[in-house]
Amino acid sequence: MAAQPETIEQVRAVTEQKYKYGFTTDIESDVAPKGLNEDIVRFISAKKNEPEWLLEWRLKAFRVWQTMEEPQWAAVSFPPIDYQDAHYYAAPKMKAGPKSLDEVDPELLKTYAKLGIPLREQEILAGVEGSEGKSPAIAVDAVFDSVSVATTFKAKLEEMGIIFCAISEAVQKHPDLVKKYLGSVVPYTDNFYATLNCAVFTDGSFVYIPKGVRCPMELSTYFRINQANTGQFERTLIIADAGSYVSYLEGCTAPKRDENQLHAAVVELVAHDDATIKYSTVQNWYPGNEEGVGGIYNFVTKRGACRGKNSKISWTQVETGSAITWKYPSCILQGDNSVGEFYSVAITNNFQQADTGTKMIHIGKNTRSTIVSKGISAGKAQQTYRGLVKILPKAEGARNHTQCDSLLIGDQCGAHTVPYIESRNRSARIEHEATTAKISEDQLFYCRQRGISEEDAVSLIVNGFCKEVLKELPMEFAVEAQKLVGISLEGSVG
Amino acid sequence: MATMTTTYSTRGADPATAPAFLAPLDHLRSGLPGAALSWVRDLREQGRERFAAVGLPTVRNESWRYTNLRDLGKLTFQPAVTADSDACFDVLPTVRPEGHGPRLVFVDGRFRAELSSTEGLPAGVELLSLATALTDHGDLVGDHIGRLAAADDRPLVALNSAYLADGPVLRIPRGVALAQPIELVFVSVGAEGRATSFHPRTLIVAEAGSRAVVVEHHVGCGTGTTLANHVAEIFVGEGATLHHYKAQREGGAAFHLSHTAATVAKDGCYDNFILTLGGRLSRNEVVSTLAGTDARTHVSGGYMVRGNQHADTTTLIDHAQPNGTSREVYKGVIDDTARAVFQGKIIVRPQAQKTDGHQLNRALLLSDTAEIDAKPELEIHADDVKCSHGCTAGELDDNALFYLRARGIDQETARGLLIGAFLAEAMEEIAEEPIREAFHSLVAGWLEEKR
Repeated sequence: MAAQPETIEQVRAVTEQKYKYGFTTDIESDVAPKGLNEDIVRFISAKKNEPEWLLEWRLKAFRVWQTMEEPQWAAVSFPPIDYQDAHYYAAPKMKAGPKSLDEVDPELLKTYAKLGIPLREQEILAGVEGSEGKSPAIAVDAVFDSVSVATTFKAKLEEMGIIFCAISEAVQKHPDLVKKYLGSVVPYTDNFYATLNCAVFTDGSFVYIPKGVRCPMELSTYFRINQANTGQFERTLIIADAGSYVSYLEGCTAPKRDENQLHAAVVELVAHDDATIKYSTVQNWYPGNEEGVGGIYNFVTKRGACRGKNSKISWTQVETGSAITWKYPSCILQGDNSVGEFYSVAITNNFQQADTGTKMIHIGKNTRSTIVSKGISAGKAQQTYRGLVKILPKAEGARNHTQCDSLLIGDQCGAHTVPYIESRNRSARIEHEATTAKISEDQLFYCRQRGISEEDAVSLIVNGFCKEVLKELPMEFAVEAQKLVGISLEGSVG
Repeated sequence: MATMTTTYSTRGADPATAPAFLAPLDHLRSGLPGAALSWVRDLREQGRERFAAVGLPTVRNESWRYTNLRDLGKLTFQPAVTADSDACFDVLPTVRPEGHGPRLVFVDGRFRAELSSTEGLPAGVELLSLATALTDHGDLVGDHIGRLAAADDRPLVALNSAYLADGPVLRIPRGVALAQPIELVFVSVGAEGRATSFHPRTLIVAEAGSRAVVVEHHVGCGTGTTLANHVAEIFVGEGATLHHYKAQREGGAAFHLSHTAATVAKDGCYDNFILTLGGRLSRNEVVSTLAGTDARTHVSGGYMVRGNQHADTTTLIDHAQPNGTSREVYKGVIDDTARAVFQGKIIVRPQAQKTDGHQLNRALLLSDTAEIDAKPELEIHADDVKCSHGCTAGELDDNALFYLRARGIDQETARGLLIGAFLAEAMEEIAEEPIREAFHSLVAGWLEEKR
């Protein structure tokens, strides 16, 4: 239907203030010169005071990367990236190794306060505070451009033997663990962006949960890109030893800028016997403006290995940000009876492009995987679900169920589904279903009739559409995600 | 904005394989029918140039990722010569109990007038060989050949064009409804000790308001290696209905490659069904474009493979105009070390509002070494549409098997019953009863062979 002029005006007002994380922190930074070469790789490694083996690994990756080509198969298009025209290291200037938050630049603390990220160890989250009993705390690792500025609740977690710190710190304090697992799930030759990450990764989080320990709180990393003309290359490594459990959350935002910025992260998860890792992401990088100018290129490799029997890795993602998303959180189901899950809500509006999905590789007996993907495309956005379910000959009794639904809002956008299904075991059972539809007039009418505005009605219906996925998020995140779903679609009706 | 992919990439082509496939053309060219027509010469030359530039597709080509033509590339094919094709046949396959009616027979790609017949066709219906058409009525086919099957992005279509010589031509005039099916019989004979190739081109023009049923039989006789590289171009006019059925039962040394491109005008209906049983390696590409509003297409089939057979089904339904309906139902049965591939794509263009698209592919794996690779794709650019696809893979249901066994039915019979029932859902898509019956008995024969 044609929008009234006042509606259009209202929508514009909302859209323009929509990305509330678009501010810049004015802080003095230590920035590497622009460009990418072996010297920069050495520079980063030296900044982090890394051991020789890690520098060698980075250099090996860099040399491989120089021979690689950018992947062309995704349904996204963007002008070629000049990899020499970016800074590969940017860190806020501060005293070496601040001992407490008091030594951290107040500007930084203000930034996190503004983003709503608690860096003081307190009971958090408005609205939960008043509830009875103890609300579970969240331990946060805050990564600002290329460095981790603070990690909370470290001491409390250490009592239980849990290691939760910046990966650069883990390299110093737990080199054996890092050496054993780094690159064991995503090898340094894996793909163009992951290999680039291996060469120039700067910081990220490291988690180790010892045998039989159930992590008592949510662990969370908050990534913030601030510096202009930088790329962010973080590396996260999570190891859940036998019988352990951890739930990990990842959040991210960036200032509004007219240039595109590259974010090429690698996340590796390892689950041993009977261990469970739950990994949730709310991705809200700056998506660019309504004309498609600016925004983050989010080219990320995330993979989990269910190495042990009865292990489980569950990915939940809510993708609302980024100009372009290229991301396929995957599970290698090696241990017998291991379980992989992928729950995704991806919302693209304006000129956003997203090519996202998962890979489930069934190797062990009785391995099971579930894929639920909900894609919502509005404005002039293009979105693709791309997934692989692969059953190898020894995966007796493997099961997969995939459900991919797309919702289109407006006639300028696109929604695409590209699943690959490969089965080499007859006892494996695979089911794939996909649908594409639009919000029905009946549903809208029903809501409007009850006095709900059109925008609220769309938000309500879309939230219902996404419910299967949002319910997988930890409670605090789910509330946030629901709001985000509404905000992302503002201006998409009419 | 994402690129709208309507074409297959030629990335992952292998030009080194081209010369061997094109070499025999040098002797042939001047002797091919229609050499006097400039458009025919141009079409052949464009095909030759295109294939020379790209050669056979490799698995690095996204559309060919699951079907490897390496074995084909290793062979040196000779074009079929008449002498090889003079073999005699006692019985030609047919879906007509009475055995006679209109049909065209091609042996190793060459038209055989003495085996063919146009009896009983209403006046105005043209049913003839392309070679005859090119020699005697060049204008009849000049407006259509090469218009649908673009050689740019499909190397095997280019190769077919380079060798353009013969194949069936059928034109049903405006408003004519054919009472009996037209049969097109393709026999691969080949020759002992060498590999033979042929490149038939089919043209069907169903003019506005016409109605016809066409049944293709592809059979093998002889043990020589053959490559049948078919291209079919099909024009379904306004309000016309074309039922197009195909049974492929080539021999164990046959490569069967086929590209069918259909365009459907307003209110028209193109109904395609392919039953794949034979061939060492087969690939059926079907592209159906709904080019007018309110058009319909059904693209369905069954594939049954065993031994070391490889069967690829690749479909593309292109909804280019509003109010279109498409329906796809495929069922596959894979045994021994055979491998089946299903790639089905539905595109809904921005203007194709109110589209209703449905696709289903289900595969049954009967052995521990069988493999299915499926890629059902949706590419949707319009918002007011209903599109869905479903895809499953699995084995026979143990409970169902037990149920039958408990009633005293032996293992093999019980399995046969369940496989037959599994395939029935696809077979039901065949609207014409006599043809459905005939195809049913082919399936029954396949099951019988196993025992």
